[in-house]
Amino acid sequence: MGCTFTRNTNMALIRQDVEKVSLLGRLLLNPEELDRLTTQLGGIVAYIEQLAELDEEIKAKQVQPMAHAVEMTNVFRADEVQPSLDRAQALANAPQHDEQFYLVPAVLGE
Amino acid sequence: MSLTDRTAAELLADLNARRVSSAEVTQAFIEQIEQHDGQVKAFLRYDAAAALKRAKEIDQRRAKGLPIGLLGGLPVAVKDLICTQGELTTCASKMLADFKAPYDAAIIEKLHAADAVFLGRTNMDEFAMGGSNENSAFFPTSNPWNLECIPGGSSGGAAACVAARMACLSIGTDTGGSIRQPAGLCGVTGMKPTYGRVSRYGLVAFASSLDQIGPLARTAEDAALLLEAIAGHDARDSTSVTTPVPPYSKTVREPLKGLKLGLVREHFGPGLDGEVEQAVREAFKVYQSLGAQVKELSMPHAKYGVATYYIIAPCEASSNLARYDGVHYGYRTDVAKMNARLADEAKQLQAAGNKAALADLDNSLVRMYRQSRAEGFGPEVKRRIMLGTYALSAGYYDAYYLKALKVRRLIRQDYDDAFKEVDLIAGPVTSTPAFKIGEKSDDPLAMYLVDLYTVSLNLAGLGGIAFPCGFSSGGLPIGLQLQGPALEEERLLRAAHMFQTVTDWHTRKPPL
Repeated sequence: MGCTFTRNTNMALIRQDVEKVSLLGRLLLNPEELDRLTTQLGGIVAYIEQLAELDEEIKAKQVQPMAHAVEMTNVFRADEVQPSLDRAQALANAPQHDEQFYLVPAVLGE
Repeated sequence: MSLTDRTAAELLADLNARRVSSAEVTQAFIEQIEQHDGQVKAFLRYDAAAALKRAKEIDQRRAKGLPIGLLGGLPVAVKDLICTQGELTTCASKMLADFKAPYDAAIIEKLHAADAVFLGRTNMDEFAMGGSNENSAFFPTSNPWNLECIPGGSSGGAAACVAARMACLSIGTDTGGSIRQPAGLCGVTGMKPTYGRVSRYGLVAFASSLDQIGPLARTAEDAALLLEAIAGHDARDSTSVTTPVPPYSKTVREPLKGLKLGLVREHFGPGLDGEVEQAVREAFKVYQSLGAQVKELSMPHAKYGVATYYIIAPCEASSNLARYDGVHYGYRTDVAKMNARLADEAKQLQAAGNKAALADLDNSLVRMYRQSRAEGFGPEVKRRIMLGTYALSAGYYDAYYLKALKVRRLIRQDYDDAFKEVDLIAGPVTSTPAFKIGEKSDDPLAMYLVDLYTVSLNLAGLGGIAFPCGFSSGGLPIGLQLQGPALEEERLLRAAHMFQTVTDWHTRKPPL
């Protein structure tokens, strides 16, 4: 499901955005939690905004993103089948299963 | 001196000389746990019978003259987010309260091969998210130096059990300071190795570019021993480095001549507690008395560490924790009740004629995900998933996550520049000694700022160690942190040991 945000230049987090995010993050929040998180996340995001102070420096130095602490690339292994968990092990912690598959609520009419 | 007062190195010497058996050593720690853990609550669970059985098996092998691993029958406590086959690995979360790992983590295999005795599983902040151990879904852990205070987090249990002498060695993890900070607050020695030094295979992931497993102990010598046992390349962790593991336990006692220590100007700001500052400045003098030079330097991006970390870590966490959906393992909500409630909601929307909301209503599967996660995760975990999801969403990705990755490079550059001038950076681990349980619970941002001195090292991917350098007037430990260039664990351990040969902060015992 697509869900884009128009960047809120006001920067204050609105409850509507928090609700959208809760769906993206697959969390069900009650109204009290939504209110509390709107305030708390708003505060945290406001604090994080200080990184904008570095915009000029980043641009001037053409700083590249650093995703990885150890700059390794292409760590491959041979494309050979290796043993992994057997079915029983893989199902052992499942909340519901039928010895073959994980069972989940039916989704009808989609 | 009772067995539990001896260091791991001393006990290992005793074990190798057969002055004492692993069963006796293990029993001594179990008795200490039985006596004190009711108050400290460092352990989530321990199996005395299994530990003693394993200890006796090692004793028998030793008696027969068979080869014994590096840890020689020493008991080790393990933070409860490292998979151990057939055992509960809960991450101190309701989400995994019943989860039994189907395989052993790489470090568990290594500890087993080294003949460690698994003593028990230590309490932590849920999914390693926190700096006080208050976010455990089960119960908080107390600081052995003052039971009303936090032990730090997220490896609070691992630090507290060593401080209280309920273990001589423990395993923690450090994503934003979660070994070093509790080590500092509990008066023990804790190390975060360079990223990639220790395999993350079997470590329940929080933030994959930041997580590292590391040792906690009462001395640098002991930490060196444990690090040597767990470090090393692992093909199953593609971020694990291939650099050979130095014999840390052999080289730790060698002092460093002509050590150049960096003092970072930005570390000594208005928020730093006066007694912490004093203890840290005294520690610099101790190093000078040992022949080290101190050089003042600047790390201009230090103040952006917390903001950068609190974008990157939650973003990675939101991705890593997506797997907890109530399908394959972990907590699933009561589906019957859930479906009944969904049916009610649909009925209400229908009656109100709200076609749009009715079309948008969760189907059963999505509702199962949402409710399982809402019920299985605690508030801090939810907060970070929300923050991370928000910062990664289209429209915000460039402004937050991408920008944070660029600031990360600037922070790493500060370290690279610093290490052209000095061998190690020394400074505080925390702004203040341990605060009271409950003191910062209502203010998540205040809690995040506790990580001020530790997060930058994780962002840079480098190694660091914390150990006691004093006590507050209230009797709480004050820690010193050393930070080093990539893969210089030896240098860090040797420098920490040097300090411990002329000071006795690390030998003090909490008044339990």
